[in-house]
Amino acid sequence: MSRFTVEVLVTPRPGLLDPQGKAIHHALASLGYDAVEDVRVGKAIYLEVAAASAEEAAERVEEACRKLLANPVTEDFRVTAEAPR
Amino acid sequence: MNVAVVTFPGSNCDQDCHRSVELAGGSPRYVWHRERSLGGAEAVIVPGGFAHGDYLRPGAIARFSPIMDAVIGFAREGGLVVGICNGFQVLCEAGLLPGALLRNRSLRFQSHDCWLRVERTGTPYTGEYREGQVIRMPLSHADGNYYADADTLAELEAEERIVFRYCDARGDVTPESNPNGSLNHIAGIVNRRRNVIGMMPHPDRAIEEVLGSVDGLPFFESLVGTEVAATAAARSEVA
Repeated sequence: MSRFTVEVLVTPRPGLLDPQGKAIHHALASLGYDAVEDVRVGKAIYLEVAAASAEEAAERVEEACRKLLANPVTEDFRVTAEAPR
Repeated sequence: MNVAVVTFPGSNCDQDCHRSVELAGGSPRYVWHRERSLGGAEAVIVPGGFAHGDYLRPGAIARFSPIMDAVIGFAREGGLVVGICNGFQVLCEAGLLPGALLRNRSLRFQSHDCWLRVERTGTPYTGEYREGQVIRMPLSHADGNYYADADTLAELEAEERIVFRYCDARGDVTPESNPNGSLNHIAGIVNRRRNVIGMMPHPDRAIEEVLGSVDGLPFFESLVGTEVAATAAARSEVA
């Protein structure tokens, strides 16, 4: 068993109105960042997981994402397990 | 009617719901979220507040509290289940109602009275209203922006499951009268069987003149006056 750091990125599904992203987009535009065409806000969750392999750690966390960490109605998620250093 | 009012850590409208049931002539009882049985209740209210601090997403953690297995089983047997505000978010997270409640379009916590049009009276919760009646009650939330995909939305409309819609004082559904960006001005919906209802505004905060409105009282009078399927009450006893 090793300990893996697993990163979960939860993002609003495409097409879903993201008022936070919109507000940040406006703020960036007012600062002169005209090249920014769109902003979406999600969240990152970091888990320390004991598992035999990175694949196993990722699988466990993907299951947790479907159950709890992401809402399938409104959010997508991406899981990355890093090998221990 | 015996009505269970669920209390989570962070619930803050459980007492309002308790009193609402009492004023409507029912017998309320608090049920702590760690309990596993509804104790023979004939209806359940999941009240407003910030269950488990609203961490992760509103309702996401509360949905896995031990009592929720009993609530979900009770709902599947046809038991009457009400979710108000945070309770609505919990019921959506639990899959008892479709869709989700997103951050308000304004990005602000909205706390003020709103007008609602009663769209459907053929539910256990709205029989004491008139169809099309315009009522006023407070809303108080940061995440009340109802969202569902286009198919689900079309289904809710076709099956006449949108029970309350945000409107203005005259009952007109105008863009300005939508406080949070909810699709189709949805303030409250029922499931297909019509035994589960969720709504963001607070009928439990509009039950006495001193509160500024009594328009929420018929909601609880309708509930308390509803004949309960014997099987559902029996299910809540053993659950």
